[in-house]
Amino acid sequence: MQTTTVVIIGAGQAGLAMSRCLTERSIDHVLLERGRTANSWRTERWDSLRLLTPNWLSRLPGWQYRGSDPDGYMTGTEVINFLADYERAIAAPVITDTTVTAVEHVADGYRVVTDNGPWNCRAVVVASGAASNPHVPALAGRLPHHIAQLTSLDYRNPAQLDDGPVLVVGASASGVQIADELARSGRPVTLAVGEHVRLPRTYRGRDIHGWMDAVGYLDERYDAVDDITRARRLPSLQLIGSASRRNIDLNELRRSGVSFVGRLAGLTDREAQFSGSLANVCAAADLKQTRLLDAIDAHIAAGRVDDATRDTIAERPEPTSLPTPPTTIGLGAFATVVWATGFRPSYPWLDSSLLDRKGAIRHDGGIMDAAGMYVLGLPFGRRRKSSFIDGVGPDARELSAHLAEHLDAMARPALRLSPLRVASV
Amino acid sequence: MSFTQHSTADNGVNVEALLGAKAALTDAPPAGQFTWQAACSWVRGTHSRTTIQKFFGLGAEQSHKQVSVLDTDHPEIFASEDNGITPPEMVLVGLAGCLTAGIASVATHRGITLKSVTSTVEADMDLAGILGIDADVRNGFGGIRVRYTIDADATPDEIKAVVAQSQKRSAVYDIIANPTNITVEVV
Repeated sequence: MQTTTVVIIGAGQAGLAMSRCLTERSIDHVLLERGRTANSWRTERWDSLRLLTPNWLSRLPGWQYRGSDPDGYMTGTEVINFLADYERAIAAPVITDTTVTAVEHVADGYRVVTDNGPWNCRAVVVASGAASNPHVPALAGRLPHHIAQLTSLDYRNPAQLDDGPVLVVGASASGVQIADELARSGRPVTLAVGEHVRLPRTYRGRDIHGWMDAVGYLDERYDAVDDITRARRLPSLQLIGSASRRNIDLNELRRSGVSFVGRLAGLTDREAQFSGSLANVCAAADLKQTRLLDAIDAHIAAGRVDDATRDTIAERPEPTSLPTPPTTIGLGAFATVVWATGFRPSYPWLDSSLLDRKGAIRHDGGIMDAAGMYVLGLPFGRRRKSSFIDGVGPDARELSAHLAEHLDAMARPALRLSPLRVASV
Repeated sequence: MSFTQHSTADNGVNVEALLGAKAALTDAPPAGQFTWQAACSWVRGTHSRTTIQKFFGLGAEQSHKQVSVLDTDHPEIFASEDNGITPPEMVLVGLAGCLTAGIASVATHRGITLKSVTSTVEADMDLAGILGIDADVRNGFGGIRVRYTIDADATPDEIKAVVAQSQKRSAVYDIIANPTNITVEVV
């Protein structure tokens, strides 16, 4: 039995940011990592994937991008190196190749059971990532055996697939990027499109994430939005990181030869059925894009930018224009189906009392129902950018302050007035 | 035509006319392009009134012989005034009416005299969908069940075959069972 004060589960961006914040407070801790630092980037990403955010927008507690290309987008290898350098710089106590199998409540804290023996601790930070368990719709089980299936987590490059036609299901970041790469490889590609978020890569000379940062959109707090459940389910942005800063919206994919259908609604023995809602989801995405670009224009008009930016032209993307799609396609038309249908939480190692009926962790801005348990790095955890490399730092700072208070309260003898303390949040 | 040998049943369906239309439209496909129309006007709250009279078909504007006015609303447990059936219930009206018309037509064509045809239609809905409680729950029906009780001069299997053929040729059954592209504009 080994003992520490805090166990952090996962050594990705969130776990490392928390490690740095705890070190600043001299709180003893370890990070338990199922593989190595940035494991999902080492093992669960396709070859061509780059970060969706520009290099400069990678600020972590006590760390930032120092390379020569602040406006570029890191490759997977660069992300791994960036996080490995951070781990070394902050001397994060990472214990690798250690998979957590249970977290048990014990007197005075928790026992974190792993395949390398248990750890006793006073607090636990779950930082195991938001994109580990791909969600595949139940109807996938009805696909005939002659059609190969893989998820965005399995996908590496076009050579992995048969040469035949592909149905890519899902048009968020993963789906549009995979559809684009497969179409460029010469395969006929059909993309099934449900609700999605369309944005141009750049607007008025700046990266769109740079604008979202500047106008304060990424800093919106979880307790200030109307419907946090909906905000947390927002699909990832239709963006790609590339040297040319190109767009990857549906109009661009149409020019690359991709065909479109609505959301996959059903499978019969002979055919796939697609929702007739494609026109509506495209119109809705165009309207939402317009609202964000209007907010950027208002920010510029209010004089909060330099002169050169103020003089740029507000060039708006063309409305999405797609042909009327078929609502059914015979299953003989596809050799492969790629599921880019998002992720679902899976925490078989947590007590079910800590989860909601969908299996997601119940939490209030990262503070879980059990005292001394926290979750960090999930979409919109405490603010819109919580799941981004650049966004997890502020959450880690706030939660580490809450965690320190919890440890202090535990250490305080019962029935004795505590000395005056200055709140540090 | 083969129906002449069977068509001893009189269910009030003019099968001869239907078969004539089939022959005529096979030769002149554009005449078979129909457009159905409904004109809806919001009244108040969740109450709307839809008027149906005109439609297009056989290459020309057509008209029902009367204007139908249909009110839709929601029941009082939805804090509404219940001035009419709910729109989803209107869909059940369409399904039951379409399948039953099909049963009468097919039965007549097969020389089966119908004495009575009654049905109940049930559709399940989880309000977690339309209320936005759970994004995994669809807005529409989770399932639809139709139960027919048919008294006719035919064997049970013959009756079942009529009902099966009616589903195969039903517009509303197809509308519900298979996706349709929808465009909604604001003009």
